[in-house]
Amino acid sequence: MSDLPIALADDLDASFPGLVDRMGARIYWGLRRMYNNHHEAEDLAQETFIRAYRALCDYDRSRIEDLDVEPWLWTIALNLGRNNLRNRARRPIYVELGETGGSEPEIVDSRAWDRRFSRLTKNQRNAVVLRHVAGLGTAEIAEVTRRPEGTVKADIHRGLARLRTLMEEEEV
Amino acid sequence: MSIESHLQHLVGELPDGLAEGVALGAGLADGYDLYESPLGKVWVTFNVEGVSSVDLADEAFPERFIERFGRALFRAEAPTAWERHISSAIEAGKPGKLPIDLRSVTPFQEEVLRVASGIPRGEVRPYAWLAHEVARPGAVRAVGSTMARNPVPLIIPCHRVVRSDGRIGAYSLGGAHNKHELLAHEGLEPEWLETLASRHVRVQGNKTTGIFCHPTCHRIRRSKTENVVDLSSAAAARAGGFRACEVCRPV
Repeated sequence: MSDLPIALADDLDASFPGLVDRMGARIYWGLRRMYNNHHEAEDLAQETFIRAYRALCDYDRSRIEDLDVEPWLWTIALNLGRNNLRNRARRPIYVELGETGGSEPEIVDSRAWDRRFSRLTKNQRNAVVLRHVAGLGTAEIAEVTRRPEGTVKADIHRGLARLRTLMEEEEV
Repeated sequence: MSIESHLQHLVGELPDGLAEGVALGAGLADGYDLYESPLGKVWVTFNVEGVSSVDLADEAFPERFIERFGRALFRAEAPTAWERHISSAIEAGKPGKLPIDLRSVTPFQEEVLRVASGIPRGEVRPYAWLAHEVARPGAVRAVGSTMARNPVPLIIPCHRVVRSDGRIGAYSLGGAHNKHELLAHEGLEPEWLETLASRHVRVQGNKTTGIFCHPTCHRIRRSKTENVVDLSSAAAARAGGFRACEVCRPV
Protein backbone atom coordinates (compact mmCIF):
# COMPACT_ATOMS: atom_id res chain seq x y z
CA MET A 1 0.00 0.00 0.00
CA SER A 2 2.69 2.48 1.02
CA ASP A 3 4.63 2.06 -2.25
CA LEU A 4 1.58 2.78 -4.39
CA PRO A 5 1.65 6.61 -4.23
CA ILE A 6 5.34 6.51 -5.24
CA ALA A 7 4.53 4.25 -8.19
CA LEU A 8 1.65 6.54 -9.22
CA ALA A 9 3.94 9.56 -9.02
CA ASP A 10 6.66 7.78 -11.03
CA ASP A 11 4.53 6.48 -13.88
CA LEU A 12 0.82 7.14 -13.57
CA ASP A 13 -0.29 5.37 -16.75
CA ALA A 14 1.68 2.21 -15.99
CA SER A 15 0.72 1.95 -12.33
CA PHE A 16 -2.91 3.09 -12.43
CA PRO A 17 -4.34 -0.31 -13.50
CA GLY A 18 -2.64 -1.72 -10.37
CA LEU A 19 -4.60 0.75 -8.24
CA VAL A 20 -7.85 -0.54 -9.75
CA ASP A 21 -6.74 -4.15 -9.13
CA ARG A 22 -5.92 -3.46 -5.48
CA MET A 23 -8.77 -1.16 -4.48
CA GLY A 24 -11.49 -1.89 -7.04
CA ALA A 25 -13.15 -4.77 -5.19
CA ARG A 26 -13.27 -2.94 -1.84
CA ILE A 27 -14.67 0.21 -3.42
CA TYR A 28 -17.24 -1.72 -5.46
CA TRP A 29 -18.41 -3.99 -2.62
CA GLY A 30 -18.49 -1.09 -0.17
CA LEU A 31 -20.69 0.88 -2.56
CA ARG A 32 -22.76 -2.21 -3.21
CA ARG A 33 -23.51 -2.48 0.53
CA MET A 34 -24.28 1.21 0.77
CA TYR A 35 -26.61 1.33 -2.23
CA ASN A 36 -27.80 -2.29 -2.34
CA ASN A 37 -27.69 -2.12 -6.14
CA HIS A 38 -25.19 -3.71 -8.51
CA HIS A 39 -25.54 -1.27 -11.42
CA GLU A 40 -25.34 1.82 -9.27
CA ALA A 41 -22.31 0.48 -7.38
CA GLU A 42 -20.63 -0.46 -10.64
CA ASP A 43 -21.27 2.93 -12.24
CA LEU A 44 -20.08 4.76 -9.16
CA ALA A 45 -16.97 2.59 -8.76
CA GLN A 46 -16.03 3.00 -12.42
CA GLU A 47 -16.61 6.74 -12.33
CA THR A 48 -14.67 7.04 -9.07
CA PHE A 49 -11.53 5.59 -10.66
CA ILE A 50 -11.91 7.64 -13.85
CA ARG A 51 -12.20 10.83 -11.77
CA ALA A 52 -9.26 9.70 -9.66
CA TYR A 53 -7.12 9.19 -12.77
CA ARG A 54 -7.96 12.65 -14.12
CA ALA A 55 -7.23 14.25 -10.76
CA LEU A 56 -3.86 12.46 -10.54
CA CYS A 57 -2.95 13.77 -14.00
CA ASP A 58 -3.20 17.30 -12.57
CA TYR A 59 -1.47 16.66 -9.23
CA ASP A 60 2.22 17.37 -8.81
CA ARG A 61 4.60 14.74 -7.50
CA SER A 62 4.60 15.71 -3.81
CA ARG A 63 0.82 15.84 -3.67
CA ILE A 64 0.56 12.29 -5.10
CA GLU A 65 3.26 10.97 -2.77
CA ASP A 66 1.45 12.38 0.28
CA LEU A 67 -1.87 10.92 -0.75
CA ASP A 68 -3.80 8.57 1.54
CA VAL A 69 -5.10 6.71 -1.44
CA GLU A 70 -7.99 4.75 -0.01
CA PRO A 71 -9.71 7.54 2.00
CA TRP A 72 -9.12 9.82 -0.98
CA LEU A 73 -10.89 7.36 -3.31
CA TRP A 74 -13.78 7.09 -0.85
CA THR A 75 -14.08 10.88 -0.74
CA ILE A 76 -14.49 10.88 -4.51
CA ALA A 77 -16.93 7.96 -4.41
CA LEU A 78 -19.15 9.51 -1.75
CA ASN A 79 -19.16 12.89 -3.47
CA LEU A 80 -20.27 11.21 -6.68
CA GLY A 81 -22.94 9.32 -4.76
CA ARG A 82 -24.14 12.54 -3.14
CA ASN A 83 -24.44 14.25 -6.49
CA ASN A 84 -26.44 11.26 -7.64
CA LEU A 85 -24.24 11.01 -10.74
CA ARG A 86 -25.67 14.26 -12.05
CA ASN A 87 -22.26 15.68 -12.78
CA ARG A 88 -20.83 12.59 -14.37
CA ALA A 89 -17.66 12.97 -16.35
CA ARG A 90 -17.79 12.11 -20.03
CA ARG A 91 -17.67 8.33 -20.11
CA PRO A 92 -18.74 7.47 -23.60
CA ILE A 93 -17.37 3.96 -23.96
CA TYR A 94 -19.12 0.93 -22.63
CA VAL A 95 -17.78 -2.56 -22.17
CA GLU A 96 -20.13 -5.48 -21.83
CA LEU A 97 -20.59 -5.59 -18.08
CA GLY A 98 -21.65 -8.70 -16.21
CA GLU A 99 -25.17 -8.84 -14.79
CA THR A 100 -24.23 -10.08 -11.36
CA GLY A 101 -20.95 -8.25 -10.99
CA GLY A 102 -18.62 -11.14 -10.31
CA SER A 103 -18.97 -13.83 -7.74
CA GLU A 104 -20.45 -12.97 -4.38
CA PRO A 105 -18.31 -13.38 -1.26
CA GLU A 106 -18.48 -17.07 -0.41
CA ILE A 107 -18.53 -17.50 3.33
CA VAL A 108 -21.45 -15.24 4.08
CA ASP A 109 -24.96 -14.90 2.84
CA SER A 110 -24.54 -11.72 0.84
CA ARG A 111 -28.24 -11.13 0.33
CA ALA A 112 -29.00 -11.54 4.02
CA TRP A 113 -26.48 -8.77 4.66
CA ASP A 114 -28.09 -6.55 2.03
CA ARG A 115 -31.38 -7.02 3.88
CA ARG A 116 -29.86 -6.25 7.27
CA PHE A 117 -28.02 -3.18 6.01
CA SER A 118 -31.24 -1.84 4.52
CA ARG A 119 -32.64 -1.60 8.09
CA LEU A 120 -29.89 0.85 9.17
CA THR A 121 -30.02 4.62 8.70
CA LYS A 122 -27.97 5.90 5.79
CA ASN A 123 -25.35 7.42 8.10
CA GLN A 124 -25.07 4.24 10.16
CA ARG A 125 -24.81 2.09 7.04
CA ASN A 126 -22.12 4.25 5.43
CA ALA A 127 -20.12 4.46 8.67
CA VAL A 128 -20.27 0.69 9.32
CA VAL A 129 -19.36 -0.14 5.71
CA LEU A 130 -16.43 2.30 5.67
CA ARG A 131 -15.16 1.04 9.04
CA HIS A 132 -15.62 -2.72 8.73
CA VAL A 133 -15.97 -3.52 5.00
CA ALA A 134 -13.57 -0.92 3.56
CA GLY A 135 -11.36 -0.93 6.68
CA LEU A 136 -10.95 2.83 7.19
CA GLY A 137 -10.18 4.34 10.61
CA THR A 138 -12.77 6.50 12.37
CA ALA A 139 -10.77 9.71 11.82
CA GLU A 140 -10.57 8.90 8.10
CA ILE A 141 -14.30 8.21 7.97
CA ALA A 142 -15.00 11.53 9.70
CA GLU A 143 -13.02 13.30 6.97
CA VAL A 144 -14.50 11.31 4.11
CA THR A 145 -18.10 11.75 5.28
CA ARG A 146 -17.57 15.33 6.54
CA ARG A 147 -19.02 14.46 9.94
CA PRO A 148 -17.51 14.83 13.44
CA GLU A 149 -15.52 11.79 14.57
CA GLY A 150 -17.66 11.42 17.71
CA THR A 151 -20.78 11.19 15.54
CA VAL A 152 -19.09 8.65 13.28
CA LYS A 153 -18.16 6.49 16.29
CA ALA A 154 -21.73 6.69 17.56
CA ASP A 155 -23.08 5.74 14.11
CA ILE A 156 -20.78 2.72 13.95
CA HIS A 157 -21.70 1.69 17.48
CA ARG A 158 -25.44 1.97 16.89
CA GLY A 159 -25.19 0.41 13.44
CA LEU A 160 -23.37 -2.65 14.77
CA ALA A 161 -25.82 -2.94 17.66
CA ARG A 162 -28.72 -2.86 15.23
CA LEU A 163 -27.10 -5.53 13.03
CA ARG A 164 -26.55 -7.73 16.08
CA THR A 165 -30.18 -7.39 17.09
CA LEU A 166 -31.35 -8.20 13.57
CA MET A 167 -29.18 -11.35 13.50
CA GLU A 168 -30.49 -12.48 16.88
CA GLU A 169 -34.08 -11.97 15.69
CA GLU A 170 -33.36 -14.14 12.64
CA GLU A 171 -32.22 -17.02 14.87
CA VAL A 172 -35.42 -17.09 16.92
CA MET B 1 -17.51 -15.32 14.86
CA SER B 2 -18.00 -11.66 15.71
CA ILE B 3 -20.10 -9.38 13.56
CA GLU B 4 -17.00 -7.31 12.71
CA SER B 5 -15.19 -10.27 11.22
CA HIS B 6 -18.30 -11.19 9.23
CA LEU B 7 -18.28 -7.72 7.73
CA GLN B 8 -14.63 -7.97 6.69
CA HIS B 9 -15.60 -10.85 4.44
CA LEU B 10 -18.31 -8.95 2.62
CA VAL B 11 -15.85 -8.02 -0.13
CA GLY B 12 -16.15 -10.28 -3.19
CA GLU B 13 -14.31 -10.17 -6.48
CA LEU B 14 -13.97 -7.18 -8.77
CA PRO B 15 -16.95 -7.29 -11.18
CA ASP B 16 -16.16 -8.35 -14.74
CA GLY B 17 -15.46 -5.44 -17.06
CA LEU B 18 -14.94 -2.83 -14.34
CA ALA B 19 -11.17 -2.56 -14.76
CA GLU B 20 -11.63 -2.41 -18.54
CA GLY B 21 -14.32 0.26 -18.21
CA VAL B 22 -12.00 2.35 -16.06
CA ALA B 23 -9.09 1.98 -18.51
CA LEU B 24 -11.36 3.01 -21.41
CA GLY B 25 -12.88 5.93 -19.51
CA ALA B 26 -9.47 7.16 -18.37
CA GLY B 27 -8.12 6.98 -21.93
CA LEU B 28 -5.54 4.30 -21.05
CA ALA B 29 -7.10 1.85 -23.49
CA ASP B 30 -9.11 1.88 -26.70
CA GLY B 31 -12.27 -0.07 -27.38
CA TYR B 32 -12.72 -1.93 -30.66
CA ASP B 33 -15.68 -3.26 -32.57
CA LEU B 34 -16.49 -4.71 -36.00
CA TYR B 35 -18.08 -2.57 -38.71
CA GLU B 36 -19.21 -3.22 -42.28
CA SER B 37 -17.30 -1.46 -45.07
CA PRO B 38 -17.11 -1.66 -48.88
CA LEU B 39 -14.10 -3.96 -48.29
CA GLY B 40 -16.01 -6.23 -45.91
CA LYS B 41 -15.72 -6.23 -42.14
CA VAL B 42 -13.15 -3.90 -40.53
CA TRP B 43 -12.09 -3.21 -36.95
CA VAL B 44 -12.76 0.31 -35.71
CA THR B 45 -11.02 1.48 -32.51
CA PHE B 46 -12.12 4.42 -30.39
CA ASN B 47 -11.27 6.18 -27.14
CA VAL B 48 -12.36 9.28 -25.23
CA GLU B 49 -10.87 11.52 -27.97
CA GLY B 50 -12.64 9.91 -30.92
CA VAL B 51 -12.13 7.16 -33.49
CA SER B 52 -8.45 6.24 -33.41
CA SER B 53 -8.01 3.64 -36.14
CA VAL B 54 -9.61 1.54 -38.85
CA ASP B 55 -7.93 -1.72 -39.78
CA LEU B 56 -8.49 -5.01 -41.56
CA ALA B 57 -10.42 -7.63 -39.62
CA ASP B 58 -7.62 -10.18 -39.49
CA GLU B 59 -6.11 -12.02 -36.55
CA ALA B 60 -2.91 -9.98 -36.37
CA PHE B 61 -4.87 -6.76 -35.77
CA PRO B 62 -4.57 -6.43 -31.94
CA GLU B 63 -0.79 -6.89 -32.15
CA ARG B 64 -0.52 -4.26 -34.90
CA PHE B 65 -2.60 -1.82 -32.86
CA ILE B 66 -0.63 -2.20 -29.64
CA GLU B 67 2.66 -1.99 -31.56
CA ARG B 68 1.64 1.23 -33.26
CA PHE B 69 -0.38 3.06 -30.59
CA GLY B 70 1.04 1.61 -27.35
CA ARG B 71 -2.35 1.41 -25.63
CA ALA B 72 -4.34 -1.56 -24.38
CA LEU B 73 -7.32 -2.76 -26.39
CA PHE B 74 -10.68 -4.13 -25.22
CA ARG B 75 -13.74 -5.32 -27.10
CA ALA B 76 -16.36 -2.65 -26.47
CA GLU B 77 -19.26 -0.80 -28.01
CA ALA B 78 -18.67 2.68 -29.36
CA PRO B 79 -20.57 5.51 -27.64
CA THR B 80 -24.18 5.45 -28.82
CA ALA B 81 -23.84 8.98 -30.18
CA TRP B 82 -20.95 7.86 -32.40
CA GLU B 83 -22.16 4.47 -33.59
CA ARG B 84 -24.38 5.68 -36.42
CA HIS B 85 -21.75 8.25 -37.47
CA ILE B 86 -19.06 5.56 -37.70
CA SER B 87 -21.10 3.49 -40.16
CA SER B 88 -22.04 6.50 -42.29
CA ALA B 89 -18.47 7.90 -42.23
CA ILE B 90 -17.15 4.58 -43.54
CA GLU B 91 -19.78 4.39 -46.28
CA ALA B 92 -19.44 8.07 -47.29
CA GLY B 93 -15.65 8.14 -47.00
CA LYS B 94 -15.56 11.31 -44.93
CA PRO B 95 -15.49 11.95 -41.17
CA GLY B 96 -18.45 14.36 -41.07
CA LYS B 97 -19.33 14.98 -37.42
CA LEU B 98 -17.38 11.99 -36.15
CA PRO B 99 -14.52 12.99 -33.81
CA ILE B 100 -11.21 11.52 -34.99
CA ASP B 101 -8.27 10.99 -32.64
CA LEU B 102 -5.23 12.14 -34.64
CA ARG B 103 -2.80 12.31 -31.69
CA SER B 104 -0.73 9.61 -33.42
CA VAL B 105 0.30 11.92 -36.28
CA THR B 106 2.31 15.16 -36.55
CA PRO B 107 0.61 18.57 -36.98
CA PHE B 108 1.74 18.58 -40.64
CA GLN B 109 0.23 15.14 -41.20
CA GLU B 110 -2.95 16.20 -39.44
CA GLU B 111 -3.31 19.15 -41.80
CA VAL B 112 -2.73 16.90 -44.82
CA LEU B 113 -5.33 14.40 -43.57
CA ARG B 114 -7.81 17.20 -42.90
CA VAL B 115 -7.47 18.44 -46.49
CA ALA B 116 -7.70 14.88 -47.85
CA SER B 117 -10.99 14.50 -45.95
CA GLY B 118 -12.50 17.11 -48.24
CA ILE B 119 -11.88 15.24 -51.53
CA PRO B 120 -15.38 14.44 -52.84
CA ARG B 121 -16.60 10.89 -53.22
CA GLY B 122 -15.95 9.50 -56.72
CA GLU B 123 -13.05 11.89 -57.36
CA VAL B 124 -9.28 11.64 -56.95
CA ARG B 125 -6.45 14.15 -56.47
CA PRO B 126 -2.71 13.67 -56.91
CA TYR B 127 -0.19 13.84 -54.03
CA ALA B 128 1.21 17.06 -55.57
CA TRP B 129 -2.21 18.70 -55.27
CA LEU B 130 -2.39 17.86 -51.53
CA ALA B 131 1.13 19.25 -51.01
CA HIS B 132 0.03 22.42 -52.79
CA GLU B 133 -3.17 22.72 -50.73
CA VAL B 134 -1.24 22.63 -47.44
CA ALA B 135 1.16 25.30 -48.82
CA ARG B 136 4.10 22.88 -48.92
CA PRO B 137 4.44 22.24 -52.70
CA GLY B 138 7.84 20.59 -52.19
CA ALA B 139 6.52 18.07 -49.67
CA VAL B 140 5.07 15.56 -52.13
CA ARG B 141 6.92 12.59 -50.60
CA ALA B 142 5.88 13.62 -47.08
CA VAL B 143 2.28 13.72 -48.31
CA GLY B 144 2.71 10.20 -49.71
CA SER B 145 4.00 8.83 -46.42
CA THR B 146 1.19 10.61 -44.57
CA MET B 147 -1.33 8.70 -46.68
CA ALA B 148 0.51 5.47 -45.87
CA ARG B 149 0.22 6.26 -42.16
CA ASN B 150 -3.41 7.43 -42.20
CA PRO B 151 -4.74 5.83 -38.98
CA VAL B 152 -8.35 5.94 -40.20
CA PRO B 153 -8.43 4.78 -43.85
CA LEU B 154 -11.94 4.59 -45.40
CA ILE B 155 -13.10 7.40 -43.04
CA ILE B 156 -10.34 9.80 -44.13
CA PRO B 157 -10.38 8.87 -47.81
CA CYS B 158 -6.69 8.38 -48.62
CA HIS B 159 -7.91 5.99 -51.36
CA ARG B 160 -8.85 9.17 -53.27
CA VAL B 161 -5.25 10.36 -53.38
CA VAL B 162 -3.29 9.08 -56.37
CA ARG B 163 0.25 9.38 -57.69
CA SER B 164 1.28 12.68 -59.22
CA ASP B 165 1.63 10.95 -62.62
CA GLY B 166 -2.05 9.98 -62.41
CA ARG B 167 -1.47 6.27 -61.68
CA ILE B 168 -3.62 4.93 -58.86
CA GLY B 169 -0.64 3.78 -56.80
CA ALA B 170 -0.27 1.99 -53.48
CA TYR B 171 -2.76 1.64 -50.62
CA SER B 172 -2.07 1.00 -46.95
CA LEU B 173 -5.24 -0.96 -46.16
CA GLY B 174 -4.43 -4.36 -47.66
CA GLY B 175 -2.82 -3.21 -50.92
CA ALA B 176 -3.55 -1.56 -54.27
CA HIS B 177 -6.39 -3.92 -55.27
CA ASN B 178 -8.46 -2.55 -52.36
CA LYS B 179 -7.90 0.99 -53.62
CA HIS B 180 -9.17 -0.07 -57.06
CA GLU B 181 -12.19 -1.71 -55.45
CA LEU B 182 -13.03 1.38 -53.37
CA LEU B 183 -12.77 3.72 -56.35
CA ALA B 184 -14.94 1.38 -58.45
CA HIS B 185 -17.44 1.31 -55.54
CA GLU B 186 -17.61 5.10 -55.82
CA GLY B 187 -18.27 4.91 -59.56
CA LEU B 188 -14.73 5.63 -60.82
CA GLU B 189 -13.37 3.11 -63.34
CA PRO B 190 -9.79 2.26 -62.29
CA GLU B 191 -9.03 1.27 -65.93
CA TRP B 192 -10.08 4.70 -67.16
CA LEU B 193 -7.79 6.42 -64.62
CA GLU B 194 -4.85 4.20 -65.60
CA THR B 195 -5.50 4.88 -69.30
CA LEU B 196 -5.50 8.64 -68.76
CA ALA B 197 -2.22 8.30 -66.82
CA SER B 198 -0.58 6.22 -69.57
CA ARG B 199 -1.67 8.85 -72.12
CA HIS B 200 -0.12 11.57 -69.87
CA VAL B 201 -3.46 13.30 -69.42
CA ARG B 202 -3.14 15.22 -66.12
CA VAL B 203 -5.92 17.79 -66.56
CA GLN B 204 -8.78 18.39 -68.94
CA GLY B 205 -10.12 21.69 -70.29
CA ASN B 206 -13.58 22.72 -71.44
CA LYS B 207 -13.36 24.61 -74.76
CA THR B 208 -16.65 26.46 -74.19
CA THR B 209 -16.05 27.67 -70.64
CA GLY B 210 -12.26 27.98 -70.89
CA ILE B 211 -11.86 26.22 -67.54
CA PHE B 212 -9.54 23.28 -66.81
CA CYS B 213 -10.02 20.64 -64.10
CA HIS B 214 -8.64 17.43 -62.67
CA PRO B 215 -10.16 14.73 -64.90
CA THR B 216 -12.40 13.42 -62.10
CA CYS B 217 -13.77 16.84 -61.06
CA HIS B 218 -17.57 16.74 -61.30
CA ARG B 219 -17.47 20.02 -63.21
CA ILE B 220 -15.51 18.61 -66.19
CA ARG B 221 -17.38 15.27 -65.97
CA ARG B 222 -20.64 17.15 -66.57
CA SER B 223 -19.20 18.79 -69.72
CA LYS B 224 -20.14 17.50 -73.17
CA THR B 225 -17.50 15.05 -74.44
CA GLU B 226 -16.93 17.03 -77.67
CA ASN B 227 -15.97 20.12 -75.62
CA VAL B 228 -13.36 18.33 -73.45
CA VAL B 229 -9.67 18.65 -74.34
CA ASP B 230 -6.97 16.39 -72.83
CA LEU B 231 -3.97 18.33 -71.48
CA SER B 232 -0.58 17.14 -70.20
CA SER B 233 -0.14 19.68 -67.38
CA ALA B 234 -1.62 22.74 -65.68
CA ALA B 235 1.12 24.81 -67.34
CA ALA B 236 0.10 23.51 -70.78
CA ALA B 237 -3.53 24.35 -69.97
CA ARG B 238 -2.66 27.90 -68.97
CA ALA B 239 -0.48 28.28 -72.09
CA GLY B 240 -3.53 27.19 -74.10
CA GLY B 241 -5.60 30.01 -72.56
CA PHE B 242 -7.50 27.95 -69.95
CA ARG B 243 -7.99 29.12 -66.36
CA ALA B 244 -8.05 26.82 -63.36
CA CYS B 245 -11.33 25.51 -61.92
CA GLU B 246 -11.99 27.05 -58.47
CA VAL B 247 -13.67 23.88 -57.31
CA CYS B 248 -10.87 21.34 -57.90
CA ARG B 249 -7.98 23.85 -58.01
CA PRO B 250 -5.86 21.73 -60.42
CA VAL B 251 -2.05 21.78 -60.20
